[in-house]
This record gives sequence, C-alpha cells and structure tokens, in this order.
Amino acid sequence: MKIAVCVKQVPDATVHKRIDPATKRLDRSGEAALNPTDLNAVEEALRIKEAQGGEVVLVSLGPEKAVDSLRKALAMGADRAVLVADEAAAGSDLLGTARALAAALERVEADLVLFGQASSDGDGAVLWAAVADRLRRPLISQVASLTVEGSSITGKRQTEHGYDVISASLPAVVAVSDAINEPRYPSLKGIMGAKTKPQETLSLADIGVDASETGEAGSKTMVLDLAPPPSRGDQVKIEDDGNAARQILDLILERRLL
Amino acid sequence: MRALVFLEHHGAELEKGSLGVLSKAASLGEAVGVVLGPGAGEIGARAGSFGAAKAYACDAEALAAPLPQPRVDALATLVEKTGVDAVLFATSVLAADIAAGLAARLDAGLNWDLTDLAIVDGELVGKRPALGDTVLVDVGWKGSPQLGLVRSGAFDPVESGGSAEVEAFDVTFSDFSALATLVEQTQEESSGPSIEDADIIVAGGRGLGSPEAFSLLEELAAALGGAVAATRAVVDAGWYPYSTQVGQTGKTVSPKLYIGCGISGAIQHKVGMQGAGTIVAINKDPNAPIFDFCDIGVVGDLHQIVPKLTELVRSHRG
Repeated sequence: MKIAVCVKQVPDATVHKRIDPATKRLDRSGEAALNPTDLNAVEEALRIKEAQGGEVVLVSLGPEKAVDSLRKALAMGADRAVLVADEAAAGSDLLGTARALAAALERVEADLVLFGQASSDGDGAVLWAAVADRLRRPLISQVASLTVEGSSITGKRQTEHGYDVISASLPAVVAVSDAINEPRYPSLKGIMGAKTKPQETLSLADIGVDASETGEAGSKTMVLDLAPPPSRGDQVKIEDDGNAARQILDLILERRLL
Repeated sequence: MRALVFLEHHGAELEKGSLGVLSKAASLGEAVGVVLGPGAGEIGARAGSFGAAKAYACDAEALAAPLPQPRVDALATLVEKTGVDAVLFATSVLAADIAAGLAARLDAGLNWDLTDLAIVDGELVGKRPALGDTVLVDVGWKGSPQLGLVRSGAFDPVESGGSAEVEAFDVTFSDFSALATLVEQTQEESSGPSIEDADIIVAGGRGLGSPEAFSLLEELAAALGGAVAATRAVVDAGWYPYSTQVGQTGKTVSPKLYIGCGISGAIQHKVGMQGAGTIVAINKDPNAPIFDFCDIGVVGDLHQIVPKLTELVRSHRG
C-alpha cells in the first residue's frame, strides 16, 4: 500500500501573521512549521502502514525552505518526501495549487492520498476536492475514522447533522478531521534517521506543469484590497453582584435581539 | 449578474444558509437556484419565495446520497447549459467539496469564507476576513463562472413572495463519481435550530466543569429560541457532539447573539465566532481573553447566572 500525504509549510503559530501590502500575499519570511492538522494525516498514514505494510510519501508544494518542515514528518516515520518548489508557483490560488499537487501525485502513483483539515494560513478547507477532481478519484472528506480493507476504504464523515459512513474503492483521496487521532511525537531515533531519508525537490517542469498555469499568472482569483476589520466598539466588563443576568437581558432587549 | 445558487436541503427543508445566499444573489441581479436529489422539483419550487427567478432540479438516483462528486457533474452540466456568470454556495461540509471540485472541473476561480458580496463597477466583489479575522480582504475573480462559498449566517433569507418555474435537467455522471457510496447515515438528535441556522447561540467550554452543565445551556437556548454550541476542548472530551463545535476545526458561525459560558476565548475558538453581532461572555476568570472581544463580559459563576438569565427570559416572554 503506497500512501501519499499532502502537507504544507505554514508560518509558525507563534509568528504574528501579516499580509505583505506590496504583493498582497501572506508574509512567509518568518519561522515556519508544518500545518498542525496535517500531522493528523501523517499519523493516520503511519498507522495504516504499520498495520499492513507499505510506504508513506510526503508530497508538498512550497518554497525550498519547506524541506525543514518536511523533516518533522519524516522524523515521525514517513519514508520519503517530494517537494515541488518553483518560484513560478508562488502566489498560486486553489486552481494552480491543485494542478501542481495533482501532477506531483500522479508521479507518486499512490493507492491512497491523504490530506489534513483546514490549513492554518489560508483557512481554506477545500483543496482536496479540487485535487480529487483533477485525479478523477473518489473523495471522502471530514473523516473522523478510517478503515482500509483490501482495495476499499470506509470513512466516517462528520457532517452538520451527524455522521455519514462512506465507502470508496482505491485509489482514492481522503481528507481527515483532526478528531481522527492524536499525532505521535518523533522519537530521538526518528529525528536522527530523518536526516538520511530521501528528499526529492522538483520544479514545475519536472512534473509537466506549465508555469503559466500556476502562480499569480494561473490564478482565477485576486486580492483587490486589504483593510482592518470594523471595530467591535466598547467592551463592558462587570463583576456579578447578583444582577448580572438582569444586565445581560437588558442589553439583549436594548439591541432587539429577542 | 446572473447567479446560480446551490440550494442544499436536509430532508424536505431547504437550508436557511442557502436561502440567505439566494436572497442576496437576487438583490444583486438575477438569481436561479438548483436543487439536487429525490424530490428536487417539489423542494425547488419553494425557492421562488426567496428570490429565485427559476429553479433547476435533477432527481437522479445518483444524487440520493449527500456525496459531492455527482453534484459536481450536475453543476458542471448546468453551468454549461445556462451560461451563468457566478455559482454561489452557503458553506457546509458538502458544499465546500462541491465548490472546489467544480472549480477544478471548470478551471474557474473560487473564493471562500465570504461575508459579503457586492457589484462594484459591474464586477462581483467579495469580502473575506482573513488571518483570524484580523484583516478584511476584498476579493475578485478573473474570467467566469465566478465561484463563491459564503460563510454561514452571512445573509438572512428574505421572503419576497414570488414563485419559481421549475425546470428538470439531465446529468451524465462521470465514471469516478460513482466510486464513493453511502453505507450508513447517523443523525444526531437535536431540537431547535442547528448552529448554522440559529440567530442566537449559547456556547459552553471547559468552564462548565462537567458535561451535565450543558443542560443549563440547553434550557437557556430553548428559552431564547437558539442553539447550543461547544468549544473543541469539550467536544474532544466527549461532552458534546462535534456537529456543534465552533472554531478553527469546527464551524464558523455569525449569529446575531452569542453567549459564551465558561469559554476562555482562545484564538482557535475566536476565529469561529467573532463575526457574531453581539457577544456576551460569562467566565469566572477575569483575565480570560474573551473579555477583550465581547460586548458585555461578566466575571462570575455561570452556574448561578445562566439559570437566572433563563428564568428572566422566560418571564419576559410570558
């Protein structure tokens, strides 16, 4: 069983995120880390591999320095990493990203492609569906538990109304929820071993994607303007002296919310 | 602008979020709706009273289960047939997958998490809060159709009283669309509105102290006609179902009133609810971050305050 896990480098949680006013893109110059919810996808891939054997391949699109972040997932136990790093791909929107990622995945020829939940930088929880369509493979997203049996998978999908249990034949694309597992910490042995694991860096040309179809040139969406959000106004803070419930109701009535 | 709005339904009911997007689209130009699945025609006919000039319906068996990929086939067919300028969706687990799949299929731009839409100089422009709602971004599209996912609660449905002509259409499904199948469906029992649809949300976090304390919130929500939501911490602890989780890895909601009880207001939760109209916070920790972004913050014991508030609301409503 070959499992590809799509992971992304994002600004570290401790970094104050800002949009560069000149490029209108997220400033990615500071400390970076793997998108936290991608670790759930790496963990799930490792559990499947441990149960049935196979290979776990990390696939990423990003700047060359993303290899540092990929090393953490290699230390967790992934076997190798493929990074598509190309200046021309910077600033890609959903379409360009999906195109490049799908092309890299075609090359890996995985039985199962895993994604984590929403990325912490772009907020968008939609990439997997675009990739699944490009690959023409079945998709199950928002999966809270996953079983693999022979050439089929079954995922329990969290919805607004409860759970849908969905089966699909392999090869398939699955996006896991962060409720699926608790990612492991890399062991010291894993960290040492990660340094010698194969890491391949590819250009867009290597994966057969025309540079004009990614990056800003290939984007079908654009940022027109940036502004600070409207202020919430004044905050009233009170200590409950037995009348707080009354004061809350007064505010609710004053604002005609009932 | 001529927009196609994906009208999601649960049972025979059209989702409130979809109807809100439909009403908004109708205010910007011509809006047509689409309903997919068994009974689509009958359900679609109701879209007229929320501004749809027309409703397209396909009740093919392949659309019976709530799976995204056959719906991408259906919408791609309809975009080609109608030549609409935009396709708009109210965000949901299902709609997000359909929108992104359709974007890839049509090579069309998709903007998501939109909180407003406008026509500026003849072009569709969306507003999208980014980076934990610290920046408000104006987004646009190149080419057409222009695809947009609207944040839940952004637009209220407006009853216009019109009627929509329903037109049935056929879909040729992709071979790979049939490779995922629904095996089983579990509906969580709930009374009252869902958190996506509710104008009033009463939410609980770790400060509740125990899962049993959620009954206090349920009583308050029932008195207010609202829904109960939860933080990730208490959902992870198994106190309350995932479908009620608000925050980065749960739902983003923007009710008119949000009452947070025993919620500290960590950034992961904040991004899911700070779009609420009025925020009330009750927490015994005076240093809880939620006090920095609420309208009224009460430092006190929620176990005392919430039942009292419930009583006051009940007696006010008679």
